[in-house]
Amino acid sequence: MLQYINPNIVAHLGLIFIVFNLLVLSAAFMVWLERKVCAYIQDRVGPNRVGYEGALQPFADVIKLLFKEELRPKAADALLFAIAPIISACAAFAAFAVIPFGTETTLFGLLKDPLPLQVADVNVAVLVIFAITSMGIYGIVIAGWSSNSKYSLLGGLRSSAQMISYELSYGLALAAVIMLAGSLSLRDIVMAQSGAWWGFIPKWYVFLQPLGFLIYMTAGVAETNRAPFDFPEAEQELVAGYHTEYSSMSFALFFLAEYVNMVTVSAVATSLYLGGWLGPLLPSWLGWLWFLLKVFLLLFFYVWMRWTLPRYRYDQLMEFGWKYLLPAAVLNLLATAALVLWLG
Amino acid sequence: MVPLNYFLVLSAVLFAIGTAGVFLRRNLITVLLSVEIMLNAVNLTFVAVGRYLGTVDGQIIVFFVMTVAAAEAAVGLALVISLFRHRETLSPDAFTALKW
Amino acid sequence: MDVIAFYVFGAIAIAASLGVVGQRNPMHSVMLLISSFGALAGLYVILDAPFTAVTQIIIYAGAIMVLFLFVVMLLNVPREEPAPASLAGMLGPRAIKAAAVLSVVMGAELLYAVLSIAQSFFSAGHAGSVSSVANIGQALFTKHAFAFEVTSILILVSMVGAVVLAQKEHR
Repeated sequence: MLQYINPNIVAHLGLIFIVFNLLVLSAAFMVWLERKVCAYIQDRVGPNRVGYEGALQPFADVIKLLFKEELRPKAADALLFAIAPIISACAAFAAFAVIPFGTETTLFGLLKDPLPLQVADVNVAVLVIFAITSMGIYGIVIAGWSSNSKYSLLGGLRSSAQMISYELSYGLALAAVIMLAGSLSLRDIVMAQSGAWWGFIPKWYVFLQPLGFLIYMTAGVAETNRAPFDFPEAEQELVAGYHTEYSSMSFALFFLAEYVNMVTVSAVATSLYLGGWLGPLLPSWLGWLWFLLKVFLLLFFYVWMRWTLPRYRYDQLMEFGWKYLLPAAVLNLLATAALVLWLG
Repeated sequence: MVPLNYFLVLSAVLFAIGTAGVFLRRNLITVLLSVEIMLNAVNLTFVAVGRYLGTVDGQIIVFFVMTVAAAEAAVGLALVISLFRHRETLSPDAFTALKW
Repeated sequence: MDVIAFYVFGAIAIAASLGVVGQRNPMHSVMLLISSFGALAGLYVILDAPFTAVTQIIIYAGAIMVLFLFVVMLLNVPREEPAPASLAGMLGPRAIKAAAVLSVVMGAELLYAVLSIAQSFFSAGHAGSVSSVANIGQALFTKHAFAFEVTSILILVSMVGAVVLAQKEHR
């Protein structure tokens, strides 16, 4: 009977399982990282009771959230109220399906055909990420609307308007990288960044497109509703924005979705601009360590930015997105196109 | 390999549903949604026939249809907003000023 | 395998479209239409058109439906009442039922037309390979370049028109 089970399918399913669990663990890790970094920036210590240096704090938080009561306002639209956090979380996880984090591996010779370290290798991967990020907006809009409360509605509308405004600059920054690499597949884009100039500067696109990288990271921060663009979630102004009326596991799902979105944006930025799993010293089958390191650096940068910069006011935020970031992204695209044509 | 007539049948059914929606619904926004259903049914036909003829022209036409649908939805919804501001209702029966 | 996927996506698309037409709550109609678009994107993937599938999600489900959703929320569209029977003349429930019958008749006619095409037409088509984005880009910018440019002007015009039409009156 065992010969009927194709080992490649088993390996693939195992890969999906590992990626999913790693994403959930990374969200827990981000909770811990955020609180520790926030504490040290604010000259205090942060959680240090539960586990070594507070490392088990996220798990304690999850257990606490599990035991809370699941509330629903009476005037809320029951079906939409229940579905909104599910849409947010599903979109956040699904976007990670096309991100490559390593070369092909044969699991030390156990598999006949090598298995690429990527859940789904589609040749329009960049567009798939863009599409699934657009679907994540619905979770927020529906959460805001179905809660039937003024804070939620305002927060939901502002948040979704912000996300769709910054999606344009996001897409244009992506388009410039696609022009350089000549392909929409993330694996091809990473492989196009292999090699080095003069032996030690790696051929990463961040050196060819510094403005594009900045635009992408800014738009990514705005897309994930993180500081300094987190006005829709501002505690001081809007209670808690679109997730005011949610409690217990629905709230945890929104939180999870936000952190997984951050991880996805960082992972995509790593693949597009920082060379993915390519790195100098390790052998190629350990490339995923480099990938993790680069993603961790970008996530640290995210957290650092949140606790250092003040928050943008909403009209300043929208003005920045439309009047400054979008023209910069268009200029970046035009300059890249001109350079590609000129230099071949 | 799915035969072409499966797709054409599905597309015809979707188009009929869309048409029924345009006639039946007494709410301007739902009428616009039914028009979008019809446009999608047509898109499906284009892509299916384009694939079975082996060309890429079907997908190019779909690209243009999507763009035109976006433009039409934007203008249509702007019209709905200004109509609502005028009459405070979204029922098509309220806008009878041009009837004889 | 493809046929099973076709049946699943087709069933979702038809059920969701029936829901859009039948639902009284406009917010639910919009959400059902989004799922219908998702099912159609799955059908495009079966038809070896991944670029069209992703574009469908980005443009239709990601942009146009957000626009619809915003308008529904802005206008606070109430649940629709059943069609009023008191309007004299053309708009009575009898006329609406007649319209529904007409669309069913039209659907039946379309089905008849589709099913009576000779089977040889279908088997004559050659199964193309997965159409790459490069092919689409090539055709779009060489053979159909004029339509492409005109479409961009069309979008600009509709953008300006929508902004002007939806403005608050300056009184």
